[in-house]
Amino acid sequence: MFRFLKQLGCYFILLRKVLSRPEKPVIYYKQTMKEMVYLGLNSVGIITIISFFMGAVITLQTAYNTENPIYPAYLIGLGCRDSIILEFSSTISALILAGKVGSNIASEIGTMRVTEQIDALEIMGVNSASYLILPKLIATLVFFPFLTIISINVGILGGWLSGTLAGVVTSEDFIYGIQYAFIPYYITYSLIKTLFFAFIITSVSAFQGYYVYGGSLEVGQASTRAVVFSSVLILLFNVILTQLLLS
Amino acid sequence: MIKVNNISKSFNNQLVLNDVTVSFESGKTNLIIGRSGSGKTVLLKSIVGLHEIDSGEILYDDIKFNELDFTARKEIRKEIGMLFQGSALFDSLTVEQNVMFPLGMFTSKSPEEKIDRVNFCLKRVNIINANHLFPAELSGGMKKRVAIARAISLNPRYLFCDEPNSGLDPITAILIDELIKELTEEYSMTTIVNTHDMNSVMKIGEKIVFISDGVKCWEGSKEEILDSDCELLNEFVFANALAKQLRSSTGSQITSRP
Repeated sequence: MFRFLKQLGCYFILLRKVLSRPEKPVIYYKQTMKEMVYLGLNSVGIITIISFFMGAVITLQTAYNTENPIYPAYLIGLGCRDSIILEFSSTISALILAGKVGSNIASEIGTMRVTEQIDALEIMGVNSASYLILPKLIATLVFFPFLTIISINVGILGGWLSGTLAGVVTSEDFIYGIQYAFIPYYITYSLIKTLFFAFIITSVSAFQGYYVYGGSLEVGQASTRAVVFSSVLILLFNVILTQLLLS
Repeated sequence: MIKVNNISKSFNNQLVLNDVTVSFESGKTNLIIGRSGSGKTVLLKSIVGLHEIDSGEILYDDIKFNELDFTARKEIRKEIGMLFQGSALFDSLTVEQNVMFPLGMFTSKSPEEKIDRVNFCLKRVNIINANHLFPAELSGGMKKRVAIARAISLNPRYLFCDEPNSGLDPITAILIDELIKELTEEYSMTTIVNTHDMNSVMKIGEKIVFISDGVKCWEGSKEEILDSDCELLNEFVFANALAKQLRSSTGSQITSRP
């Protein structure tokens, strides 16, 4: 318990350092643009592939579970849309990103720690926490919502393609279903969750990397911890946010 | 001048530095020597503020460094250059970007002025035509020299070197030592070097501090080191076979070459 509280305290101290005023905004701006490419743009591929197949499977499973003629066929499109918007594009994508981006952040910062690169920044008088973490935080907070939007669109496209190609739903029924009783707030809800998840992934992973002591073994362990803790927190906050935003 | 008064530092209740008091002279190459694990690196890192000390004080020209907050320390740190044991070059940046980093962060020079300064510093450490290489593409000696170039890019008043020639062949090690000495004289810096290499001691040491088990056991000049009556220091200095042989053949009449 004491160890947990100590870790929590260190996490908030780190956040305070991260959110302090940048030394030279121009340099931070350039770093943020770089991080948007590394952490955001480079994740478009994996998010697209996963969302496409996720949408495809949701459609097929919904179709096989609603074979009873009393259910209208457009429910398949509606089910696919709501599942993707409400849960899959934000939460499942965040879990995927926790693995890809989280481990990347923890290992990058952890390696800088054990090779004394962070000490070198500190010696120069640079706020290393802010310089290394703030651009990543801004980049993920700005870019991850776009990934969620891409995921929603690609997921629905995958559902439509798999449904029509497998012959379980007609194109007209599917498109009618995805337009039926659409609640725009669901998109807002999904994007709000994404912002929280982006913050969790970046800050938790950076924290794990920043406080690494030892060598390459410890960096690997920190990277694993970053993914595990981020994933658990994402699932926990998913429940809390759903209760708060949808109740 | 840097003064260290009665500093102690412990990790997990294990005392690593015990009441160390020492002063490092301006414009000279000051050496901290001792066996591996004796507390040299902890002392050096405590002086630059990478480790917070448990007690005592660290004075940079009479300013109590250890009592300053991050913002106030930043002003002193801008005058510090440090060469780390593993060079600590930023992996994702080229040689040029590494040396330019402090200039970009703390000066308002134009891009041309920055490039000129980078090229000057790299030329000064004999690194030519390597501006666009990444640290992974450099040899150990080149990495150290680039790290020195980065350390001097802002014309520091204080230069700290943690085991500058560890992992280098004897000839490259001598070149790095000579470079440190030349730069110290050229820029009138207060240089503190951590080493356990006796070649460095005899080559560049002007003031030498010997540490053993976190305690300062001896301080003096390189001329005095060979005639010291400190047993631990003698054990350390005459540990290698050649030194032992020379000592037995000449008694205590070994003198350093100028």
